[in-house]
Amino acid sequence: MDTDNDKNLAQQEEDTQKDRYLTFSIGNESFGVEIKYVTEIIGILPVTVIPEVPDYVKGIINLRGKIIPVIDIRLKFKKEAVDYDDRTCIIVVNVEDITAGFIVDNVTEVITISGDDVVAPPEYKECCQNNYIQNIGKTPNGIKLLLDCRMILSGADQIAGL
Amino acid sequence: MTSNIFNEHMLEVFLFETYELMEQLEEQLLNIESSKQMTKENIDEIFRIMHTTKGSSAMMQLEGISVLTHKIEDLFYYIRENDLTGINNDEITQLGFMTIDFIRTEIKKLEEGKTPDGDASDLEKKITVLIAKLKDPGKDTAKAKDKIAATDLQQAITDDRKGTLYEAKVTFDNDCGMLNIRAYTVVRNITDYCSSIAHIPEELMDNDEASDIIAKNGFIIRFNSEHHQEEIEKVLKESLFVTDIRLAVISDNDAGKSGPSKEGASTEAKNIDSQNGVQQKKGIISVNIEKMDRLMDLVGEIVITEAMVINNPDLKGLQLDNFQKSAAQLKKLNNELQDVVMSIRMIPIAATFHKMHRIVRDMNKKLGKDVELYIYGEETEVDKSIIDSLGDPLIHLVRNCMDHGIEDPETRKKANKPEKGKVILDARNNGSEITIRISDDGKGLDRHRIYEKAKDRGFTVKAEDEMTDKEIFSLILIAGFSTNTEVTEYSGRGVGLDVVKKTIEKLGGNISIESIFGEGTTINMRIPLTLAIINGMKVSVGKSIFTIPITSIKESMKIKKEDIVKDTSDREMVMIRGKAYPVVRLHRHFVLESEITDLTEGILVMVESEDNAFCIFADTIIGEQQIVVKPIPAFIGKCENANTGIAGCAILDDANISIILDVTGLFSQIIK
Repeated sequence: MDTDNDKNLAQQEEDTQKDRYLTFSIGNESFGVEIKYVTEIIGILPVTVIPEVPDYVKGIINLRGKIIPVIDIRLKFKKEAVDYDDRTCIIVVNVEDITAGFIVDNVTEVITISGDDVVAPPEYKECCQNNYIQNIGKTPNGIKLLLDCRMILSGADQIAGL
Repeated sequence: MTSNIFNEHMLEVFLFETYELMEQLEEQLLNIESSKQMTKENIDEIFRIMHTTKGSSAMMQLEGISVLTHKIEDLFYYIRENDLTGINNDEITQLGFMTIDFIRTEIKKLEEGKTPDGDASDLEKKITVLIAKLKDPGKDTAKAKDKIAATDLQQAITDDRKGTLYEAKVTFDNDCGMLNIRAYTVVRNITDYCSSIAHIPEELMDNDEASDIIAKNGFIIRFNSEHHQEEIEKVLKESLFVTDIRLAVISDNDAGKSGPSKEGASTEAKNIDSQNGVQQKKGIISVNIEKMDRLMDLVGEIVITEAMVINNPDLKGLQLDNFQKSAAQLKKLNNELQDVVMSIRMIPIAATFHKMHRIVRDMNKKLGKDVELYIYGEETEVDKSIIDSLGDPLIHLVRNCMDHGIEDPETRKKANKPEKGKVILDARNNGSEITIRISDDGKGLDRHRIYEKAKDRGFTVKAEDEMTDKEIFSLILIAGFSTNTEVTEYSGRGVGLDVVKKTIEKLGGNISIESIFGEGTTINMRIPLTLAIINGMKVSVGKSIFTIPITSIKESMKIKKEDIVKDTSDREMVMIRGKAYPVVRLHRHFVLESEITDLTEGILVMVESEDNAFCIFADTIIGEQQIVVKPIPAFIGKCENANTGIAGCAILDDANISIILDVTGLFSQIIK
């Protein structure tokens, strides 16, 4: 498997970001986001609360003079809120000119998952949650749920959620 | 014939200049039209504009434009030489406007990276016909003109006795193509150094044979100059593609008599001279707006950093006289820097307003209406980025006034109104925002008709008498609403007013409509002056810090228990100097935890929005600070209702974020 990946990498030298994912965990589950969306990873910063937004939008942070919104991925996926600690990270992503931070329990590593190892998730009928999982990646260290950053930032359910 | 030999920068300058020139030309034409006569100044100015446009478009190898402008130049040359100030101006101005439109379309194409391929031959023909028409009524005048021109030239050259008459033969690299234009460049270069010029072939721009003649014989120029021969040679050599120059002194001091008497040449030279003079006077540079934005951002960061340094917690309790002195100096300089940067970005709204003259004029002609545009407060200055977005909404609104608002003269007469309709554009500065008002004295909005229509289209479910005028009028701002059943060139498709509304809202402003049926309509737009730096008062609520723009604060106070009044629905008010003001509790409005919930323990800040005053309740006042307004991220904006009372956010000196309150929004949300 690894050799396959290496070959893949060599072939796509011009596009080193392809098939590479930043993985992080929330509780027991492992997620991945495409590395091309990720700008940086920072520790948790003081968050300014904004009124009248869904609870998972924690507010805004000051990232070196730039003001960006932060989303608690835990709350976004309707999991129980936990207190932030020094393992808590903010993954700063930039999707189609929207910059936002994802608050996650901790960041694991950057891995390569080749296209062959990525499968589409099953299509459930009633569960809208699944919209955020674009694909499922198989790795030697287990399954990674690959997030659809665009969906998370599209705000599609936010207005409905109000 | 490709334009890629010109670099981006040249193109940019050309576009900028030409747009500017077209604006000036438009102004001149409108001027002529409104005063019903052409003054010599008008003609000279138009001549100058056309001349510059001709030159630069030839440089950019835009043949269509250069030929057309040349034609216009011919026309005005004729008018000037024959002193035809009393002739049929309408026809001339009409052609002028058509020319402007043509040139604008062409350079627009260029701007968008397309090939400017418009065909101006129709327009050229019209101009030729007009010139012929002007010439026809009296052939004597035409002859007289020749005489005048000839004596003019004589005069010009004899006046220039001081200079030396040179003759230069310039040879170009034959492969460079467009020899006539190269030659024209040479003439332009040399004009700064001499007083009169004549050249063979005499007609450069509009003459296909010119290139051939130059290729065969070289380009021969004669001119008077006080400069040294070497100097002139150097200037000539600087021109592109010049391979060889032979410069000879024909006569010293006594240039006049033997000077070449080519008609038109000397006038042309004079023209270029005056044009250069104007350009030098201005001393304006155009700067890329992105650089300005960057500068603005930097100044913003400096202001924040300054506050961070001066209010540094490490300095607390220290006696630092010298530091304080320097800090005060720094603060002063920074304020000045800020003012300067802001003022660079602020431009008067006049240009945008004056564009409306043209709209009104065109529509008057097309729709057979008689409307006059009045402009007030054109000197009001607004941030450049805002001005840029204001143009289209204004055009749309003015068109609406003209098309739907103002009746035709007969109807007006019957309604006992003056036949001449009025459209008023009014801008004024209200602290941190400007109000732009567009009003007409037309037929006004028909409340009932709007309601019926809105109901038809399912835009409203309320009963008619339950809705206020304002509510009903605001229905016309909804997409897909148009009360005009007939679609005209200008309006009536139901696209537009909603776009206007969106644009204004995007700028952080709002729009409202007032109207009295039969008497007229007024559209009010409130737009923030700039997206920049404001003075704010910081107040704390629990752990959060809010900033209230200083301009909207009237006073702040502690109140006593007996001043608090509650109405039957438990709404709180405070009595201050015998007047009851509603209270907005920030901790309640923004759902924040705060220990101070008793009105007597916290602080009340009385703010004013438009004409309404109310009190904001917060824990304490922290202090005043200059803040840079930053927009709330678009992502958050998406999940908010329109008016939550947040104007933006700002970074404080301790790097925390403060939310800036939108006083008007807060008021409209809480109090009806």
